[in-house]
Amino acid sequence: MKSSPPHKIQETLADPKLQRAIYSATGRLAENRRKTVLPEVLPDFQDLREHAHNIKKHTLDHLDVYVDEFERNVLARGGIVIWANTAAEACAFIGNLCRERGVKLVVKSKSMTSEEIHLNKYLEKDGIEAVETDLGEYIIQLTGETPYHIVAPALHKTLEQVADVLHAPPGATAESLTAMARATLREKFLAAGVGITGANFLVADSGAVVLVENEGNARLSSSAPRIHIALAGIEKLIPRAQDLAVFLKLLGRSGTGQPLTVYTSYLAGTRKPGEPDGPDEFYVVLLDNGRTKILADAKKRQSLFCIRCGACLNHCPVYRKIGGYSYPWVYSGPIGKILTPQFMGREHDPWLPFASSLCGACGEVCPVKIEIPKILLELRQEIAEKEGDRAEHLAFRMFSWVMRHPHVYEQFRWVRKMGKMPAAGPLKAWLSQRDLPNLPQKSFRELWRERGRS
Amino acid sequence: MPRVSLFVTCVVDQVFPRVGMAMAEVLERAGCEVEFRDEQTCCGQPAFNSGYRGEARDVARHFLKVFEGAEYIVVPSGSCTSMIDHHYADLFEGHQETRVWEFSRFLVDVLKVEDVGAKLDVLATYHDSCHALRELKIKDAPRRLLRNVRGLRLAEMDAAEECCGFGGTFSVKFADVSGAMARTKIDSILRTGADTVVSIDSSCLMQLQGVLSRAGSNIRTMHLAEVLASR
Repeated sequence: MKSSPPHKIQETLADPKLQRAIYSATGRLAENRRKTVLPEVLPDFQDLREHAHNIKKHTLDHLDVYVDEFERNVLARGGIVIWANTAAEACAFIGNLCRERGVKLVVKSKSMTSEEIHLNKYLEKDGIEAVETDLGEYIIQLTGETPYHIVAPALHKTLEQVADVLHAPPGATAESLTAMARATLREKFLAAGVGITGANFLVADSGAVVLVENEGNARLSSSAPRIHIALAGIEKLIPRAQDLAVFLKLLGRSGTGQPLTVYTSYLAGTRKPGEPDGPDEFYVVLLDNGRTKILADAKKRQSLFCIRCGACLNHCPVYRKIGGYSYPWVYSGPIGKILTPQFMGREHDPWLPFASSLCGACGEVCPVKIEIPKILLELRQEIAEKEGDRAEHLAFRMFSWVMRHPHVYEQFRWVRKMGKMPAAGPLKAWLSQRDLPNLPQKSFRELWRERGRS
Repeated sequence: MPRVSLFVTCVVDQVFPRVGMAMAEVLERAGCEVEFRDEQTCCGQPAFNSGYRGEARDVARHFLKVFEGAEYIVVPSGSCTSMIDHHYADLFEGHQETRVWEFSRFLVDVLKVEDVGAKLDVLATYHDSCHALRELKIKDAPRRLLRNVRGLRLAEMDAAEECCGFGGTFSVKFADVSGAMARTKIDSILRTGADTVVSIDSSCLMQLQGVLSRAGSNIRTMHLAEVLASR
């Protein structure tokens, strides 16, 4: 039995301000991207996409080799790798480390992986304050919400709403609100005992964590506290530092239309005697949480190529209408549509892969060429076969039978001649949004025959 | 003289027959011998997109049987062409289809015709239907044909490449999202001042026309074939 899509969809559609916010914000990101990947600006863009796809494919095909190499290199530089099979294991390690070090305050940079494992909630239960330092994440932490978009967590918030949650004096501007947040967060950075980041890339040949950002909060989160924990899914691995030349050319452009983001950090290991910087302790928590299961699926494993740029969201006509909260899990948009059933199980939200017109805009812009529409079709087949609606299956069996019997198919003309049909089911749904076409009296084949053609 | 076998599609056959007649007319004027094999029905896409590959395969087999021996199969639809061209390979291991042509691409790339001698006095805007644009890479051919229609002025809408929201059963399973997508498209059309919307896919036109007439608009939709058949 298919569960129905959330009421959130109707709510979002019915809110004109929110509709405008979503459409214009994503439109701006898409337009900025477009300018940076024009053929005259980046002539080898399509080649880079193909190359990135192949590097990811190769890495995942040999993931066991690369995670081992990565761990060796992290250890060689004074760091420690934690293998977390589940969300619970990852949270437990981080919580235990904080407790052992007597840390009560943690600063975090933006990490969708940490949202995936509900880290903040876990730490709070342990009496540890985890402060989000990305401005958008900071705002939604204050409002008690989750990220609205993979790259722009507070995309749905207006200036007024932000001023309200920060208790700003009247006449607030974007600059004054940012200054307020900065003042608060600066104190947190300096007081925190542990800094937790995600990782955009994990580099196997150097044991390095690569962080890409605009605000500088990831830099500060990983360098002000004495302990740095990087949390990342195992699919973030790339073989060599020089492979960054491909990915860094694609990530900023695809996500926000920036050839490079403001800060790109390449962090490896702890501070050695004589070195100017580096943490005292450096941990990389490698998270599985269902990823190896997806890896085992030849047809859908390319879902793991994702570098979390958000381009698919910005170009998805469905996301641009229903917004981030209509999706059942932390990852929204087209990538969310293919990851959610694979992580949570198809039965979780069987309607999800069908909430798409299969327009293909997502696959067209994905920097690592994930064939999202193809995977949606695979998921649809699995759902139809395993969790299928028996009435619908029967309808399509009839459809197939009719379409193989042309003389029966031709009888459809009686539907056309009927004119008035009871408005139920699909017809009612159609009519809720638009008029029916004028149904012609004669079909093409009837007209063709009449003109004496054969 | 190229011999063309028409695959009109179930939507055109039952709902927009004039599109099929117009396509046949234009092809004949361009020097083709045109046949219509009347055992044809559907390409199977509705079943395929809903996940029922067994049923889709059965319908596809019927299609292939009907069109055995045909040299050029010309189709007034990007999505049906793409279903046969790209997705029959998902249904039949190792299947390769080289005979199926979307109408505008057949005119421009095979017949090498860009001016069919049409005449239509309208301010038109063109909607890039999704499968045609992204799976078949059709962007230029329809525009070249439209620019040679005497009296026709072409105004590009800013959202030309955005999905109209039809998406087959999506249009009824997620009707409100579908409607919202169409209305965004209509807004973009209105900004061009066009009186006519043209596309190479009738299902897109059915969606857009439905929303336009619900909004009380006088803007009409026309399939490229109908435009090219106008004199």
